[in-house]
Amino acid sequence: MALDATYVGDRPIDVILIGGSAGVLEVLRVILAGLPHALKIPVVIVVHVPERSPALLPQVLQPATPLPLKFAEDKEPLAGGTIYVAPAGYHLLLETNRCFALSIDPPVLFSRPAIDVLFESAADAYAGRIMAMLLTGASADGARGLASIHAAGGVTVVQAPQTAEAATMPAAAIALFDPDFVLSPPDIAALGASLSPYPRSAAWTRRTRNDPN
Amino acid sequence: MRLLLEAIYEAYHYDFRQYAVASLKRRLAQALIRFDCRTLSALQEKVLHDEQVFPILLEYLTVQVSDLFRDPLYYLALRQHVLPTLATYPSLKLWVAGCSTGEEAYSLAIMLAEEGLLNRTLIYATDINSESLRKAQNGVYPLDRLRLFTLNHRESGGKGSLSDYYHASGQSAVMDPQLRNRITFADHSLATDSTFSEVHLISCRNVLIYFNRELQDRAVGMFHEALVLRGFLGLGSKESLRFSAHAEGFVDYRPEEKIYRKAM
Repeated sequence: MALDATYVGDRPIDVILIGGSAGVLEVLRVILAGLPHALKIPVVIVVHVPERSPALLPQVLQPATPLPLKFAEDKEPLAGGTIYVAPAGYHLLLETNRCFALSIDPPVLFSRPAIDVLFESAADAYAGRIMAMLLTGASADGARGLASIHAAGGVTVVQAPQTAEAATMPAAAIALFDPDFVLSPPDIAALGASLSPYPRSAAWTRRTRNDPN
Repeated sequence: MRLLLEAIYEAYHYDFRQYAVASLKRRLAQALIRFDCRTLSALQEKVLHDEQVFPILLEYLTVQVSDLFRDPLYYLALRQHVLPTLATYPSLKLWVAGCSTGEEAYSLAIMLAEEGLLNRTLIYATDINSESLRKAQNGVYPLDRLRLFTLNHRESGGKGSLSDYYHASGQSAVMDPQLRNRITFADHSLATDSTFSEVHLISCRNVLIYFNRELQDRAVGMFHEALVLRGFLGLGSKESLRFSAHAEGFVDYRPEEKIYRKAM
């Protein structure tokens, strides 16, 4: 596992998690386009979509990145360099054996999939070796989950509310705790592009943090 | 968590030890709030010493809300591609494994009635939660859910009107007793019991996602054993046999709708 670790500055991560809702597709395209093409770790995305909507997310997002992008399946092992999207109507969870699990437990804050469910299960299964991003959205889903990742020692990234089409979601996270990074979409993309198979100095992480530009 | 699950197994013979951990943890976290417990060991104390507690905890650990004809395309595929084959048998047995409060069993019964097969069919509908089974047996659903059920039924290729199969009573819809008469609701655990009958079709939807891989393998192995040769297995729309030890015992039949057929 350590062989495939990726670093945000000096902090090792094994997975990138992204959650968002209203207005998130444009932001996702920017962030996915910035990821290194040789990315060694998996990316998992939860976007709020209506339960009975057609399953179009992979088609919509795939053009933004050369990395393979697909719906996550139950019991599927997470593969490095692959981007997974939660299917509509199911919660998506991560297990300690680094496989996906789905559930049809009731919606959380009216959403299924819910970002909190993914983030909280990941905080448990991956301890702190996570980079999680919470983007634009019109509900508070994801804030609690991101706080649990923060508490577990993971790297937390929140879209700067003033850059968000719907500020409720990022603002809810910032109200709960002090995230590592509060950035505009282009800066989040730059942070993603800077992911490296080797650690950099802690000073680098501090310098990048909460960059006002 | 392991200690709590062992204690539940020892005291009540319900086996959650091979359930998928992530979902179970979430549900237990909700139960902690409900029972005002700070830790799982506090909950364990309560479960072992207060017999009122376990039935409520069981609701947290097992209950699934479903709909009549949830995922209409699944039922459409059964209607168009499975029932014509089943119709060639003189008598039919179906098994709804993990029937919860009965929605799936009634959906199948309605579809069989519409296709003229219900009078020669017996449906076994099993679950581990006796309170769910009691509700399933009663076949009473809130009337306000019927709008969605009716929409689903139509999309599933329903021939008549869904209202032919229930009558309204106050704020409830009561399923037609003629459907209920063809369904045997029974207590059965995919974790601890074995097969009980040979069946032609097993429908087990959104149950396996709550099991770990070992328990999934046990359940799917049991399904394989229970099915007649070339019998059918229908899973939930996001479940598959891809990661199962028994994958080679089945062939894809309607892969889009997760309907498999027992291999030769």
